[in-house]
Amino acid sequence: MSASAIWVYLAASPLLGLTLTLLAYLAASAVHQRCGGHPLANPVLLAVATLVGLLWLTDTPYRTYFDGAQFVHFLLGPATVALAIPLHAQLPRLRRMALPLLLALVIGSLTAALSAVAIGALLGASRATLLSLAPKSVTTPIAMGIAERIGGLPSLTAVLVILTGVLGAILARYIYRALHIDDDAQRGFALGIAAHGIGTARAFQESEQMGAFAALAMGLNGLLTAVLLPLLLPLLLA
Amino acid sequence: MIGAITLLLVFQLVGEVIARGLALPVPGPVIGMALLFVALCVRGGPSTELRGTAQGMLQHLSLLFIPAGTGIMLHFQRMSDELLPLLVSLLVSTVVTIAVTALVLRFLADRSGKQERTP
Repeated sequence: MSASAIWVYLAASPLLGLTLTLLAYLAASAVHQRCGGHPLANPVLLAVATLVGLLWLTDTPYRTYFDGAQFVHFLLGPATVALAIPLHAQLPRLRRMALPLLLALVIGSLTAALSAVAIGALLGASRATLLSLAPKSVTTPIAMGIAERIGGLPSLTAVLVILTGVLGAILARYIYRALHIDDDAQRGFALGIAAHGIGTARAFQESEQMGAFAALAMGLNGLLTAVLLPLLLPLLLA
Repeated sequence: MIGAITLLLVFQLVGEVIARGLALPVPGPVIGMALLFVALCVRGGPSTELRGTAQGMLQHLSLLFIPAGTGIMLHFQRMSDELLPLLVSLLVSTVVTIAVTALVLRFLADRSGKQERTP
């Protein structure tokens, strides 16, 4: 079989997209570890850059790649459900902190959406971009649902969500250092509000407790933003 | 492991059915998470199998964002057209959100700590 015939087969099968996603992730994780877990060597960022480069070089459309990668993408659903388990492990602390967490959730959630839209509008972003930007701090599956509902572009939202997550995961350490925030519950919760699952993944690398509070914040922010944004945005962008 | 994955999928499925059935704006997996959380509270905790599977999955949470992230290649045009508003907005908003949320939490924790000490 000639090389081009093999390529035709591979390009049509989900095997290649799936395998490449896993390989890119393993390579990115290895680099991340080699860098001592430095937040700048973010595994999502490295893997996405590698894959975009590869797809661009081989002239492969994103759709073709996603036919294989969707099997990984699908696991976001059960992984979201699985967040209930670390959350439950923090139950005693959750009970004690319920009121402060609720207040921080509402303020943080509104800050995330409104500041993004306000800055974007001020700098002249188009309406479609603003609507795609609004749910950027919410975890991907929820954010895409919200974008669709309010009239944004779901696939652009997915990208902005991931950029936000990567930024949050990279910057959190420096923000906490500057503000002297040293409680893992506070650090985790704030990171989960601003940077959803990628922030949560980062938080789990620091400690189990930080991860659990990030997961809690991500879940609650997803719920709250999904309810608030469709009500608030029409008033703001009228 | 298969039992645990099935359980997670069942909760997601129930969440999805509730979300669509009641036309809720909240996605199914989030409702599934809330339901599993309640179930764990009632039952007193996860089985060893479920805890192990969840840990394994969440350890590699980053992996699951890669396919959607690679979708950036579909939006290069719009993103380069609106690079400045997007970049500034994402950067400033993320920093401000982390800082505001953490400061609110610390302020409330300090206050309740003081109240406990001086009743």
